[in-house]
Amino acid sequence: MDYLPNIIFAIILIAGIGYFAKNVQKLIRNIKLGHKVDASDHKSERWQNVMRIALGQSKMVRRPVSGFLHVIVYVGFIIINIEVLEIIIDGIFGTHRVGLSILPESVYGFLIGSFEVLALFVLVSVIVFWIRRNVIKLRRFMANEMKGWPKSDGNIILYFEVVLMVLFLVMNATDSVHIIEATGTTFQDLGAGNVISQYMAPWFNGLSENTIVIIERTAWWLHIVGILAFLNYLYFSKHLHILLAFPNVYLGKVVPKGKFNNLDAVTAEVKLMMDPDADPFAAPPEGAEDDVPAKFGASDVMDLSQTQLLNAYTCTECGRCTSECPANLTGKKLSPRKIMMDTRDRLEEVGKNIDANKGEFKDDGKQLLGDYITNEELWACTTCNACVEACPVSIDPLSIIMEMRRYLVMEQSAAPMELNTMMTNIENNGAPWPYNQMDRLNWKDE
Amino acid sequence: MSEELIVPTMAEMMAEGKQPEILFWVGSAGSYDDRAKKITRAFVKILNKANVNFAVLGTEESNTGDVAKRAGNEFLFQMQAVMNIEVLNAYEIKRIVTCDPHSFNCLKNEYPSLGGNYDVIHHTQFIKELISSGRLTLEGNTYKGKRITFHDPCYLGRGNGVYDAPRDVLKKTNATLVEMKRHKRTGLCCGAGGAQMFKDAEPGDKEVNELRTEDALETQPEIIATGCPYCNTMMTDGVKFKEKEAEIKVLDIAELIADA
Ligand code: SF4
Ligand code: SF4
Repeated sequence: MDYLPNIIFAIILIAGIGYFAKNVQKLIRNIKLGHKVDASDHKSERWQNVMRIALGQSKMVRRPVSGFLHVIVYVGFIIINIEVLEIIIDGIFGTHRVGLSILPESVYGFLIGSFEVLALFVLVSVIVFWIRRNVIKLRRFMANEMKGWPKSDGNIILYFEVVLMVLFLVMNATDSVHIIEATGTTFQDLGAGNVISQYMAPWFNGLSENTIVIIERTAWWLHIVGILAFLNYLYFSKHLHILLAFPNVYLGKVVPKGKFNNLDAVTAEVKLMMDPDADPFAAPPEGAEDDVPAKFGASDVMDLSQTQLLNAYTCTECGRCTSECPANLTGKKLSPRKIMMDTRDRLEEVGKNIDANKGEFKDDGKQLLGDYITNEELWACTTCNACVEACPVSIDPLSIIMEMRRYLVMEQSAAPMELNTMMTNIENNGAPWPYNQMDRLNWKDE
Repeated sequence: MSEELIVPTMAEMMAEGKQPEILFWVGSAGSYDDRAKKITRAFVKILNKANVNFAVLGTEESNTGDVAKRAGNEFLFQMQAVMNIEVLNAYEIKRIVTCDPHSFNCLKNEYPSLGGNYDVIHHTQFIKELISSGRLTLEGNTYKGKRITFHDPCYLGRGNGVYDAPRDVLKKTNATLVEMKRHKRTGLCCGAGGAQMFKDAEPGDKEVNELRTEDALETQPEIIATGCPYCNTMMTDGVKFKEKEAEIKVLDIAELIADA
């Protein structure tokens, strides 16, 4: 019976990691519904971006307050999780603070001490974050697309952090009974590493040793269970970005932002049209069939690229893009954040459809265009790249808007009337206005 | 009609067996739009003053296709591009300058994979070059001490990372450069990009150019400087809307320098 806790621990651990792995597989499968992308270019620049933007959070700190707090939470989160390593070993082997059998007391104390300080900082930052969302009500967290689940999601994560940090500190504060094998003392008596928790220990003074042990064990168990729950919560949350930001930034745009891709399929057709020797009725060459895409542009998530779908899962819903979008700032319906959230929601819907239909997508009569994103939103974009510039994790909402405009124009001829007139003019006179090509140099003598 | 401008065309140059050092891509707005034509003329005035050996395509130039591409019409864009590339390559053009950041971006970034490889620069970059090489000298009195704020064109700034050239040029006029709250990376669009110039805006509570003009007015400028014909139109309309056209001028950097 002595091994019961170890076995329970192992089961919880395996279940927690297993379920997470299953969802990661699903995530990868969904992303693979998009077109393949070739990211073999600009390797060193891509890695630099990962170091600077993802790891170094260079774009986060452009907004100093939220940037600074975010760095604390992020560093705290990663570093405190080193402690999880010890918890796992202790849990499996039934040891207590195994770190002290491996590391010198001073090093161990330094580590735990830093964790405690960070935990306190994280607590404070998270509380400020909560106040920004719920009391100050910053405009970018109050938009239409942030009602319901996205709003709760933002807060749930903050509560998670609070609970985990408090559990960690309580666990240390009440660790005053259990004798550590390596040192022959309790953690609190050791006097190394309890930088913060020593001030919390007296709160529990009046309690019996038994009760203190129960509190300590409860905090310990809840802490590890909480971390596993957090891990599994990620898949359903905007917090996927803590993992996906890295590949996403790697795949981010490395050419000038103003450069839009040229559609190869169009190039092939244009070359054919312009080539006086080409026989328009000739059978397409062997293999050409596969090159022609089913359609131009995008009306649903499967028409987007894998990078664009990864973008959707990575979006943190921070709204920095939307808060700089000229269309949104002047009251138009367009919100680049909503474009990303819609893409993710639709992709999830398609994923569930595939799950329910034994791995095959069954037409559900819906698509991203129309059912999620309206023409009105798409036509409001000025292609100014403010959203792309603002995004702290290198997401490109503009590229999705462009793909959908392409679909509207090339597949449906559904451009606003004035734009059709403009395009007809270009076709006929080589200018967006109805002027004569022969008058192009008249400015010279005016 | 104002002063005589010397504007050689590529066809004329070719006939004389000459090759210009740079091709001036005038663009559709610069060729036909009344306000933009003034910018074109001002820039040519600078080119003439600095004795630049340049040429234009004239009636052989056609729309870059940029605006069609932003509207989603990739076919029309590529048709235009291929046509223009044929002309440019036939003349063996190496270097291009343009006053339109949209043409600049399109020629520089989107023509290469279709066979058009040129060294493309924006007119503010070229003016900077002319000044620093000593080919163009400014008296520096016209705008001395005047408050000028520069509005970053999206396709020059964020689109291609060119923030300094226009500012460096403006500093040469001895004006006082004042920055708007949103500038450089966070500069707000004037509202014309992405084919918006050619259509009505979607329903909202304000026009984008109004908001941008408010940004500019906050700096209490005497002149709003632009580097794009479309921005110029938008800001001019915005200033009119705010009934400030008597106090505040909207001028392209080329126009400023031509008189500096
Ligand atoms: S590119 Fe479009 S969506 Fe992005 S900020 Fe500009 S107007 Fe908004
Ligand atoms: S796209 Fe980027 S900037 Fe916009 S909400 Fe998502 S993470 Fe934030």
